Amino acid sequence: MARSLKKGPFIDPKLEKKVYTMNEGGQKRIIKTWARRSMISPDFVGHTFAVHNGNKFIPVFVSENMVGHKLGEFAATRTFRGHAGNRKDKRR
Amino acid sequence: MARIAGVDLPKNKRGVIGLTYIFGIGRTRSIKILAEAGIDENKRVNDWDDDDIVSIRRIIGDVYKVEGALKSEIQLNIKRLMDIGCYRGLRHRKGLPLRGQRTQTNARTRKGRPKTVANKKKATK
Repeated sequence: MARSLKKGPFIDPKLEKKVYTMNEGGQKRIIKTWARRSMISPDFVGHTFAVHNGNKFIPVFVSENMVGHKLGEFAATRTFRGHAGNRKDKRR
Repeated sequence: MARIAGVDLPKNKRGVIGLTYIFGIGRTRSIKILAEAGIDENKRVNDWDDDDIVSIRRIIGDVYKVEGALKSEIQLNIKRLMDIGCYRGLRHRKGLPLRGQRTQTNARTRKGRPKTVANKKKATK
């Protein structure tokens, strides 16, 4: 079910603060984050986030189209290695 | 014959039903359109006069996105999802369901006809 509009979007407060200070300072660093549930706000555009997928950090460069999605949508948590006996896929 | 938004409407159906043959118009919109045009829902498509058709065309043209325009918008939305590389986009690329449904069984709408795998192990009891 979609989130109630009354509440507004959920943007991880700590992450938001980090982005703000970076925007003010005009610098760009990769931000490591576990906040997969955080929505991407328009301020995030142009930054690169290292989003945790449970194993390692996946670099996500935020573009304008991504606003309104959650960070976690861009760091897949599952690796599909193909089905057993599917020789074509076994090369990896 | 009434031709609206590039679709021939069925002649002998009630107006509300007839309009739903246009892609992007269902019962709700159909009812709204006819109410705005001041045409009785039960009037058959055959019995619409030219004024009726013109006013319906105008309302649909002004307010709603239908047929080709709507289809291309949907395709654009899907393309956007695929381009930004989000989870839903990946599922679109693979032709699997997007909303967390199971795929071990079912999901045939997205996956298409069952493809038999040779020597697939049966579940052993």
